[in-house]
Amino acid sequence: MSAAKTIRLAEIAHARSGDKGNHANVGVIAYTPAGFAYLRRELTAERVGAYFAGLGVTRVERFELAGIGAFNFLLYDALGGGASQSLRIDTQGKLLSTALMEIELPAADNAAAMRRGDG
Amino acid sequence: MKSIRIGNAAGFLGDNLDAPRQLAEAGGLDYLTLEYLAELTLSILARVREKNPAAGYAGDFLEVLGSLVPALASQPNLKIVTNAGGMNPAACAAAAGRLLAEAGLGETPIGVVTGDDILPRLAELQSAGCAFTNLDTGAPLSQQQQPVSANAYLGARPIVDCLAGGARLVITGRVADASLTVASAVHEFGWRWDDWDRLAGASVAGHIIECGAQATGGFYPHWQGIELGRVGYPIAVLADDGACQITKPVGSGGVVNRETVCEQLVYEIGDPTHYLTPDVDVDFTGVEVSADGVDRARVRGGRGRAAPESYKVSLAYRAGFTASGTLLVYGRDCVAKARECGRIVFEKLRAAGFEYDRQLVECLGAGEGVPGLNRPPADLVEVVLRVSVQDRRREAVERFTKELAPLITAGPAGLAGYAAGRASVRPVFAYWPTLVPKRLIAAETRVATAQQWSQP
Repeated sequence: MSAAKTIRLAEIAHARSGDKGNHANVGVIAYTPAGFAYLRRELTAERVGAYFAGLGVTRVERFELAGIGAFNFLLYDALGGGASQSLRIDTQGKLLSTALMEIELPAADNAAAMRRGDG
Repeated sequence: MKSIRIGNAAGFLGDNLDAPRQLAEAGGLDYLTLEYLAELTLSILARVREKNPAAGYAGDFLEVLGSLVPALASQPNLKIVTNAGGMNPAACAAAAGRLLAEAGLGETPIGVVTGDDILPRLAELQSAGCAFTNLDTGAPLSQQQQPVSANAYLGARPIVDCLAGGARLVITGRVADASLTVASAVHEFGWRWDDWDRLAGASVAGHIIECGAQATGGFYPHWQGIELGRVGYPIAVLADDGACQITKPVGSGGVVNRETVCEQLVYEIGDPTHYLTPDVDVDFTGVEVSADGVDRARVRGGRGRAAPESYKVSLAYRAGFTASGTLLVYGRDCVAKARECGRIVFEKLRAAGFEYDRQLVECLGAGEGVPGLNRPPADLVEVVLRVSVQDRRREAVERFTKELAPLITAGPAGLAGYAAGRASVRPVFAYWPTLVPKRLIAAETRVATAQQWSQP
């Protein structure tokens, strides 16, 4: 798959992340219903876990928030000890949402219908 | 339908000191909430109280309260609800009472909520059968741990008791963040404690505003063109049916739209079908957010079920010491050079007989803010080397802090940035999330005038 054909998550969704002890959450919100349907298929727990493998994540769980067209990803043991013990500069996983925006997902026919409008 | 305006102008201890006054003066609020307590803030305040029995609350709050005196004087309906009491709500009330009395507001009724601090009761509660099992690991609390703080997350009820007793200012210790908002709504609307959907709606509103500017354009990816320098803090206009409108003061910076509100809705949540508070078990999955005009978003659809039988407890125990030091590493080979500097530091420490429980070298600027994701570009000209350790032995961590500066003259060319001095050694308070049955915990309340609280 060439890079030009993939969809960068930032084109079709926005996100916020934070900490729960040593676990982190990343909530990903689709800009459009078409994007939400696409993310349900493509932004799997496995794919997010593989993307963040360098964090030492032991398990990823995905939850759906249909009312706002979003998914919440729980990244277990992602924070190197969490806010209390992590030696990392990002003790609380605040950067993870910005980082996940760069993930490249497979191409789709209806990409235009997934992109952000005027906010 | 009746509605109330609740503004939140603090999201953590260290948040903007001018925001409360700006929000109170611009917002036409019924309630101003100020939320100061992150997971580990109490353990830090516990150490402060250890050294000084009259301290241990959020000191920032006094400066904030001073700035709120004109608003309190000119807006007779404005009430303030805050968990600024931290580890010492009574001492906070005494200081607040003195401040208000000196400002001519000595008759202001102040309510104080206590009973969350269960550190003195740990042994008693353990013999009552409470194992304080770690929610993440399943391990029981052992004799080896040295807890420095243990606080149950109380709910809205004792705050409502204070408000019913006439309090204009309510000071609590650890209560659930959303409960500050829930209490305001229950007091105003007279909801029943099993009115689960309404309590859920108020909890959703509280969750959205609890982190201050994170709902009004803070941490927003579309930051371009948004004036965050004068960001307005959030206001929830909460209706009697539990639905709310999120907005911010007219003319303030920042932005409120569907996106900013949705982002805060998903912040720090786990299973969205069970957002647990002491007041209600909230289901977020049906929550809908829609644009409702300029800087306004409507939120509805929170569903509630019976609250859990237990309070969550935030317990912290001593876990040794930590320190982090940084140096700027400059030059076209900066990443390799920074890694070599990190290696040299630990080689010298090993030669001096020190190995560490945990250690980390980061090359900040090379994409290591999130480990393992990015390969650094080849044309970087500088990175910040950040070296950190944690260990049970204070002396080992102290020795570590002395090993970075020598690199300035003994390391490779292109190092700078040690003028700030040696890194400081900090104690580590590890987090131990656990539960305690509600029936074993008794919240206590007292309402008295500012004048009365200020008496020694």
